[in-house]
Amino acid sequence: MILCLVDNDPVSLEALTFARRFGEVEALVFGDIDVGGYVARARRVVHARLDEYAPTAWAQAVLELEPEIVVAPGTDRGHEVLAHVAARIGAPLAANVIDASVDSEALQLTRQRWGGSLLEEARLTGTPKLLTVAPHAIDAEPSGITTTVEDFTPTLGDEHFRVRVMRREEPAAGTARLDSARVVVGGGRGVGSKEGFAVLEELAKLLGGAVGGSRVVTNLGWRPHSDQVGQTGARIAPDLYIACGVSGAIQHIVGCKGAKRILVINKDQNAPIVARADWAVIGDLHEIVPAIVAELRKNGA
Amino acid sequence: MKVGVCVKRVPETGARITLTSDDQAIDTSLLGFTISPHEECAVEEALRIAERHGGSTTVLTLGPAAASEQLKNAMAMGIASAVLLETDGGDWSAEATAAALAEAMRAQPEPFDLLLFGNEAADSGDYQVGVRVAHTLGLPCVTGIKGIEIDDGRLTARREAGGGWEIFELPLPAVVTVKEGINLPRYASIQGRLRAKKTPIERIQPQPRASALETIRLVVPPEHETHVEVLGAGADAAQRVVAVFRELGLVGL
Ligand SMILES: Cc1cc2nc3c(=O)[nH]c(=O)nc-3n(C[C@H](O)[C@H](O)[C@H](O)COP(=O)(O)OP(=O)(O)OC[C@H]3O[C@@H](n4cnc5c(N)ncnc54)[C@H](O)[C@@H]3O)c2cc1C
Ligand SMILES: Nc1ncnc2c1ncn2[C@@H]1O[C@H](COP(=O)(O)O)[C@@H](O)[C@H]1O
Repeated sequence: MILCLVDNDPVSLEALTFARRFGEVEALVFGDIDVGGYVARARRVVHARLDEYAPTAWAQAVLELEPEIVVAPGTDRGHEVLAHVAARIGAPLAANVIDASVDSEALQLTRQRWGGSLLEEARLTGTPKLLTVAPHAIDAEPSGITTTVEDFTPTLGDEHFRVRVMRREEPAAGTARLDSARVVVGGGRGVGSKEGFAVLEELAKLLGGAVGGSRVVTNLGWRPHSDQVGQTGARIAPDLYIACGVSGAIQHIVGCKGAKRILVINKDQNAPIVARADWAVIGDLHEIVPAIVAELRKNGA
Repeated sequence: MKVGVCVKRVPETGARITLTSDDQAIDTSLLGFTISPHEECAVEEALRIAERHGGSTTVLTLGPAAASEQLKNAMAMGIASAVLLETDGGDWSAEATAAALAEAMRAQPEPFDLLLFGNEAADSGDYQVGVRVAHTLGLPCVTGIKGIEIDDGRLTARREAGGGWEIFELPLPAVVTVKEGINLPRYASIQGRLRAKKTPIERIQPQPRASALETIRLVVPPEHETHVEVLGAGADAAQRVVAVFRELGLVGL
């Protein structure tokens, strides 16, 4: 059986789409995401004690089905659950795969290292084969197949609930989420100070977007780390990323690869990020960003 | 409280990564070495926990003899002792790394109460060594943590999720993998550097083992060089920028 773990996030639908290349896929669905049109058979996990996320319980549900191939989204939970599956049975786990094909008994795969700034071609043998799919490696696309959904209740004991979510803190109302924002206004060292971000905030607000930043600005305490874009921060996929005073180090670029378009504001025409941009304004962001804000206001935005 | 922290020596890559001619490794001839930002934060968190709750700290690494540089750096920040699992420098799989680390931890005269890891290593990005060590040692484990509190033998861990937070509770001893943002790491002091220089490193010869995930070669991904349209230099470009917003449907016509 080829099993795909499905959580309540869009990356799970990408993973489902990816998994179909191995053959007929069954979805193991945690939560209430709709997988209609993606797979012929979906099992919705139903368990009295699984009202909240519990990594080893999820891993046990996967193991109980004795799959030959397991695909999961390359998210915090996808990586965590598959690492537990892998550790339990002593099998390897290939994380952040972007391409794979079956070659007799083996899988030939390409996976991301260094957050995606380097790729590794590898060969995975043995059973089961475990892999996570890197976010935004492919688009989610239903195949149009008719999906039957059934309930599945794994056999779980106390030992599977040693670690679980005890409570949650919801985001403050109205906070724009970086990873799903349509527009991200990013600031780097060039912004110069914590206060310098006020005008970036304003621009983001006018465009209905979120503010992000480089590691330099989170390390300097100008922005909280949750705003960081890059290898050790968030992966963004907006329609437009506006990068202000960001040089475009490889570790930053891997975080904004999912952006459809990039507009750069930088005083250095040779900054690496300019070569990745669709549009650039060369000059001092402290003059340019306020001018853009003023122009938007003039246009009644 | 005895806290252990695991770090990995990785090259400090610049704006472009260059490979060796056989495509098996990064060409490090011109590069310095470091550890992942996540692991710097794990080291800092170990120090803060030991400062708050009392106890000792140990840093462990599996790598070549040169990885003693990363151990010394952690000791310069304040970690008390260090263990080097010395290899010939080749890449070890996540399974082999975890097995060797777990064995070294077991061999310690006193067991660890808390083991901290990075969420993922900067180079391999395998997202699993911490979880594997937890299983081998039979400890509870949680990953991707950006906040730790310890009270009365229980650990509360915070993970960012959907813009909010998921809060886990674990009994100690436990394994926690952390992400950058949990703290801002301190700099090493001069006294710290002097002390680190003098502190001996415990050395272990770990046993390698094969993995069913075999690297064939590394590939530098093709760069998406875009065609850049320069909209102007300075504030007078604002009109053209807004025209782009309009074209993308981000603002009304
Ligand atoms: C393992 C690892 C992981 C990392 N993870 C991340 C990550 O997740 N995210 C991340 O961002 N970085 C990450 N980094 C750090 C990364 O290598 C860079 O150091 C960082 O991205 C640089 O930030 P920056 O562009 O803000 O600063 P700089 O590189 O200093 O660039 C500043 C830019 O601002 C421009 N500028 C200055 N003043 C002005 C002005 N007035 N107007 C217009 N332009 C101006 C300059 O021309 C320059 O291009 C990581 C590094 C490592 C080793
Ligand atoms: N060779 C190593 N030596 C010590 N710790 C390691 C090593 N490899 C990985 N780790 C630890 O395990 C974490 C996750 O690594 P990985 O699973 O390879 O992404 C890292 O952030 C380190 O804390």
